[in-house]
Order: sequence, then C-alpha cells, then structure tokens
Amino acid sequence: MEKIAYRPESLTKTPFTYCPGCLHGIAHRLIAEAIEEQGLTNKMTGVAPVGCSVFAYKFFNFDMAQAAHGRAPAVATGMKRSRPDMHVFTYQGDGDLAAIGTAEIVHAANRGERISVFFVNNAIYGMTGGQMAPTTLPEMKTTTSPYGRKTDDIGFPIRVSELLATLVAPYYIERVSLLSPTDIIKAKKVVSKAIQYNKEGRGFTFVELISTCPTNWGLDPIKSRDWAKDNMLPFFKPGCFRDKGEGVE
Amino acid sequence: MTTELICAGFGGQGVLTIGKFLAKAGMKEGKNVSWLPSYGPEMRGGTANVSTVVSDEAIASPIVSFPDILVALNQPSIDKFAASIRAGGILIYNSDMCPHGCKREDISIIKAPMVEIAKEIGNQMVLNMLAIGIIIGKTDIIRYETMEDDLTSFMKSKNPELLELNLKAIKRGIEIGKQ
Amino acid sequence: MAKILMKGNEAVAEAAIRSGCRLYFAYPITPQSELIEYMARMMPKVNGTFLQAESEVSAINMVYGAAGCGKRVMTSSSSPGISLKMEGISYIAGAQLPAVIVNVQRGGPGLGDIQPAQGDYFQATKGGGHGDYRLIVMAPASVQEFADMASEAFDLADKYRNPVMILADGMLGQMMEPVEFKPAKTDEEIADMWRQHDSWCICPNEDGDKKHHHEINSLEIDPQVLEKHVNNIYKKYAEIEKNELHFEEYNLSDDNEILCVAWGTASRVVKSAINELTKTGKSVGLIRPINVWPYPYEAIAKAIGPKVKKVYVFELNTGQMLDDVKIAVKGKVPVDFWGKVGGIVFTPAEIKEKLEACF
Ligand SMILES: Cc1ncc(C[n+]2csc(CCOP(=O)(O)OP(=O)(O)O)c2C)c(N)n1
Ligand code: SF4
Ligand SMILES: [Mg+2]
Repeated sequence: MEKIAYRPESLTKTPFTYCPGCLHGIAHRLIAEAIEEQGLTNKMTGVAPVGCSVFAYKFFNFDMAQAAHGRAPAVATGMKRSRPDMHVFTYQGDGDLAAIGTAEIVHAANRGERISVFFVNNAIYGMTGGQMAPTTLPEMKTTTSPYGRKTDDIGFPIRVSELLATLVAPYYIERVSLLSPTDIIKAKKVVSKAIQYNKEGRGFTFVELISTCPTNWGLDPIKSRDWAKDNMLPFFKPGCFRDKGEGVE
Repeated sequence: MTTELICAGFGGQGVLTIGKFLAKAGMKEGKNVSWLPSYGPEMRGGTANVSTVVSDEAIASPIVSFPDILVALNQPSIDKFAASIRAGGILIYNSDMCPHGCKREDISIIKAPMVEIAKEIGNQMVLNMLAIGIIIGKTDIIRYETMEDDLTSFMKSKNPELLELNLKAIKRGIEIGKQ
Repeated sequence: MAKILMKGNEAVAEAAIRSGCRLYFAYPITPQSELIEYMARMMPKVNGTFLQAESEVSAINMVYGAAGCGKRVMTSSSSPGISLKMEGISYIAGAQLPAVIVNVQRGGPGLGDIQPAQGDYFQATKGGGHGDYRLIVMAPASVQEFADMASEAFDLADKYRNPVMILADGMLGQMMEPVEFKPAKTDEEIADMWRQHDSWCICPNEDGDKKHHHEINSLEIDPQVLEKHVNNIYKKYAEIEKNELHFEEYNLSDDNEILCVAWGTASRVVKSAINELTKTGKSVGLIRPINVWPYPYEAIAKAIGPKVKKVYVFELNTGQMLDDVKIAVKGKVPVDFWGKVGGIVFTPAEIKEKLEACF
C-alpha cells in the first residue's frame, strides 16, 4: 500500500506549540518535506528566529541554531561561511525580519548569501500578543495600533519581497499564500525550488509565505483565512519577483 | 488577618477574573491586596492561575506558596495546588471538571457542579461570580455588598440583564458556601 | 484620588503621562508589553506621541533626539531589549540628556525566559554601555512605588541632565496592586518644564533673541577636552551620590542577629520571611536599597547592629548586588548569599529556612 500521509523524518517528534489553526505548522511541514525529498536532511541546518516559531530549533530534525530577534540572516551568514558544504536556511516572522531585522535581511540579500530565507508574514506580532508589525494593514487594529494603523502617521505595510527585488544579487524571490489547499500545493513547489537552488549553491533564495494569526486577530481559523484572502492578498500579491534560474530578473 | 488564595483552571475559564474581583473588593473595603497572575506561553490554551492576597496588614510577598483557599476549576489545578493548601484551609472546586476530586481530610472541601449551575442560572460566564459567592458564603474576606456595588457601577447601564445574572450567581454561591 | 487596582506596567505608564511625559518610543517585548500598549491607547488622548519603533536600537535613539529637544521622553523594554539600548544610553549619558528608561527584567542570559529576574543589576548599575558614565537606577518593590518612581525619575533626569533607569521585573510589571496617582501636570506646567531646557536644548530662536547654537553631542575628539568633559560629568555624579541615596530600613534593631540586604521583588519575599521569624522570637533586619545607584554603602555599614553575626544577601540572580554589599561591609562580618535564577522567584519559606539555619 502506498503511504500518502506521513511525518517527514526531517521533523522531530516534538509536538508543535502553535495555536489551533495556526499556519506555522504547515510552513514547517512544507520546508521539511522539501528538504527530505531532495535528500538534504543530513546536510541541512537552520536558524530559528524570535517569534512564535522560536522553538523551530526543536522541530526540525537536524542541527539548528536559535538567533537573537531579527539577526537570523547574520547568524546564517556566519554558519554558511564557516561550513560552505552545509545548506542553511532561516525561518522568520514579519516582526523579526521586517522590523528589528531589516538591516540583516537586506544585507544578506545584497551580498547574495547562499542561504534560503522563509518569511512567514501574518501581519502581526504573534508571540508577544498581537502588536503592530511593519506588515500590519492600513486601519488594522492591533494592541499597539488600537485606533487602527494610520498610514499618515506610521506609513504603509512593507512589501519585503518587492523591496528585496530591487537588489541585484538575490537569485530567487517569490511570494506565495498558505490560505487554501491549492495555495499550499503551489507554495510547496516554490519552497522546493528555493531548497533546490540552495542545494545547487546558486545564491540567495527568499520565499514569503502569507499566513494568519487566528489568536491575535481574534478570528477562528476559517475566518482568518477568509480575512487574509480578502485583505492581505490584494496588498501582498503572490508572485515571482526574481528567478535567475528561469530568466526572471 | 491575611488570606492567601490561589485560583486556577484552564485559560479562558475566568480564573484571573475571580482573583481580580476579590482583590478589587478587598481594596474597596480598605484592605491591602495583591494580584499576581501566571503569565507566559502556557497561557495559550493551557492552564492559568493567579495568587491573590487580601490582608489587614501590608503585604510582603504577593507570591502564595501555601494558600488558605484554593479555587480549582479543573482537575490539573487540584493536582498541582491542593497539596499545598494550609491545614485547616479551604478547597473549592468545580466538580464538573474535577473527576478525581481531592483526598485530603485536614481541609474543608466544597465541591459544586459550577458549569451546570452557571448554565442553570442562564450564562456560563457567571461561573466566576458563583465561585466568588462560595468564598463569600464560607469566609468573611469580602462582603456581598461590595461586590454588588462594584458590579452595579459598571454594568447597570451597559448590561442590566447580565448584572442580574451575576448577582444571582453570587447569591447562589453564598448559599452553597454556607452549607 | 481613590485607589485603583492596576498592573505595574500600566501604573508606571499612567504615572509617566501624569508627570508630563509626552513622547514615548518603544518596541514590544514580554513581560513589559502592557506598558507599550497602555501608551498606545493613552498618548493620543493627551496629544502626546506614541511611536512603536522598528527596534529597541531605534527607540532609544528616538529618545536621544526627543530628549535633545528638551521634552520629557521615556522608553521601556525588558532585558534583551535593554541590551540593545545600551549604546544609545551611553550616548544619552555622554551628551548629558534627561530621559527615563524602564527595564521590566526577565530571565537571561540571551533569550532566557520571560519570568521575573534581577540579572541586569550589573548592566544597570556598573555601566552596560561603553565608557565612563552612570545611570541613576531606581528599584521599585511595589506597584505604588513603581508608579511614584516615574515622576521622581523625570525630576531627577531633569535635575542632573542624566538618564534614569527604573529597574523593575516581570512580577512588578504583571502584578496588580492598589495605586494612588498624583494629580496630572497641566499643559501650562508641562510647557513651563520644557522651557527650562531652552538654555541648552535644540529649540527655535525666539524673535529678537541672540541667535543660539546648541549642540547635542557626545564627541570630544581632543583628549584634553574629553578628559575635562568626563571629569565634569563625574562631579555631577558625586553630587548625585551625596543627594540621592534612598533606602528602606525594615525591622532594624540592636537585637538583630542577621542583617539581610535585598532589593526590588526579592526584598518583599525577604520581608515575609522576617515577619515569620519575628513571631518565633528571632530578630532579623533588612536594608532595602531603593536607589541601587547611587548605592547606600554607609547605611548598610551602619545597620550592622552589635549582635549581627552575618549579613545575608538575597537576589534573583547569582550574586550581583552582593559585590556592593561586600564593599559596604568591608569584611567586618561574614557576608553570605543565596539567590534563585531562571526566572524563579524564591518563596518566603525558602528564605526563612536559609535564615533559620543561621541561628
Ligand atoms: C530584542 C528583542 N526585542 C523584542 C523581543 C520580543 N519579541 C519576541 S517575538 C516578537 C515579535 C514576533 O513577531 P513575528 O516576527 O511577526 O513572529 P510571529 O510571532 O508573528 O510568528 C517580539 C517583539 C525579543 N525577544 N527580543
Ligand atoms: S499566536 Fe498567532 S502566529 Fe503565534 S502560534 Fe498562535 S496563531 Fe500562530
Ligand atoms: Mg508575525
């Protein structure tokens, strides 16, 4: 009989600590599957951020590091440069990557570090209880934008994929959504491609995954996905912004 | 006199609120009070507990290690805290969610199907008021009138029906506590 | 004003607004997020500025900018975020700017955990950032004191043109106690306070005034000039050491057989233990430094009564203030230490046991 559902060996048996309906678990799984499918489990290593996915170092079943808030791309740089034979990725939230870690991600991308970055954008700080993120949508209420995000005061959400695509060095940049089964299948392909480029040592690869935070949005998992489809996807349009392998510059 | 309480249950059952109302009422009666919640990632769907102290004297440590009163809304809370109740202390628990109860004989134990009773009164949300009622009925750390004044002050105009249910729950709790 | 039951994090924010703080820059972190969230709600109501910075590094530099403009400004964070502010704090001290920084400490080092701890004592009182400078460091032990310190901190910051840190912890931030606030400063009073900085801060030239040129700066490239600058700052620190010693004496008497020294949250637990011991006829005193810089060395030396056979230091770290106590005691009696780390707060029973073993 064919096994169609299994837990990838590249994930440990530690149960995820995410809230019910949170998409971090799906993102982990896609990355783990891609790594395993390409036979990289023994040569892979990753960097966990500070955010709800801080415990990612416990979930991936290979050597992992944990970094200070926002600094994962710098830590990954140190790892990749000292062990070029290994494959390195970071897994980061929007607060981690697009707020405190803006300098690190821009410069890692600009150097064309041969690492993969998986950027989980849920438009909020999940871990700390729902504060505003750089990706929080206009008028969206959070605990630190209690009257809604006012764009004339604090600007618009940052479109990180587009921002990084202004740089010359990055090899691959794509944004996908995790909001429906079809989207997840598409996301898997994109994640696999990033891992494959990483395996081949082609350059800096970046995948933005549009996600949710049911707990801090105050919506159930289904409504969260609907809300994200209606509100996040129009602003954070899925698409490929750079793919040197396919001639997309 | 100093009374030290721990209220514990699942996050979302309102244990923090029980402690908060007790502390607030104590404060309104001119006593010294403190309210110290557990916090952290385990709060997400996990267990929550709060230490509350109500005292005639200045409160030194707000940390309660040996409670005079434990309010347990679920079995894990009994398992975790019941052993530390002071001899002669009180355990109040929600028998709907504490199948194994507590075997101690040196404390007084009040059990009540709190979820059932709250539903009977008309709203599960009044469970915490029921618990407070039981405490008022059993002890004299705070008075019913203080609770009534407090609830009335912020609920009367906004939600008079809920106010009635809450007061009813406290009164029902007092009856249980007196038994 | 009637007492309100409030969390420490919110009480200190409310008190800061009442004492004229109109600018607040910070970045979220547990266990201080209620503070930033309170500011997000309330600052707009007093026409103040609330801004969530992209990091603690930029938050403290926003503070540097606003303080340089002579306004009452505050930032807050918890341990890992305070580390990131250290560079900015050194610049603020170097440029002699008034500012208030709140640290709601949690367990470290590194990411540590989010439970109460006192592991940042060295960082706060002995430097933390680079160079020769001092922070005035206030260590509250109750929600009321936490709130009261906000206005004292602003006054001290203005008086000495020096950054002031309120060194609290997760327990004080998260717990609720009754608190009574001082009346809020009026807009005129606040404007008055700001004007007092016009002699040095960045401000527009009033029409008809002699044109001024104020510099907000910590750079002195000429060593002779820098030497003078640092020595001047240290004259100021000597003043602070004279004027701003602040401590509480608890149960001190000639009968004391042990003298405890503890600060902040730890001191509350020690008090509970002392109360229990008193009931059994054992006499233990406590000195609680309320400001931990400047440090009350002499007060501690004086508090060692004739029967004291040991000075016992209790902290939620591995022994940091301990060093200061040893300096104060000068080897006259043995100094012992017991602490808890990992974000675990010791219990009165544990302290009692430690103390009982000394009799
Ligand atoms: C220097 C520092 N500042 C702040 C924090 C607190 N902190 C922990 S997680 C987090 C935000 C995480 O949000 P995000 O990156 O969007 O991840 P999510 O939880 O939403 O997945 C913050 C501010 C910290 N740990 N360290
Ligand atoms: S807080 Fe939000 S992002 Fe974090 S685990 Fe829960 S749902 Fe997921
Ligand atoms: Mg996020």
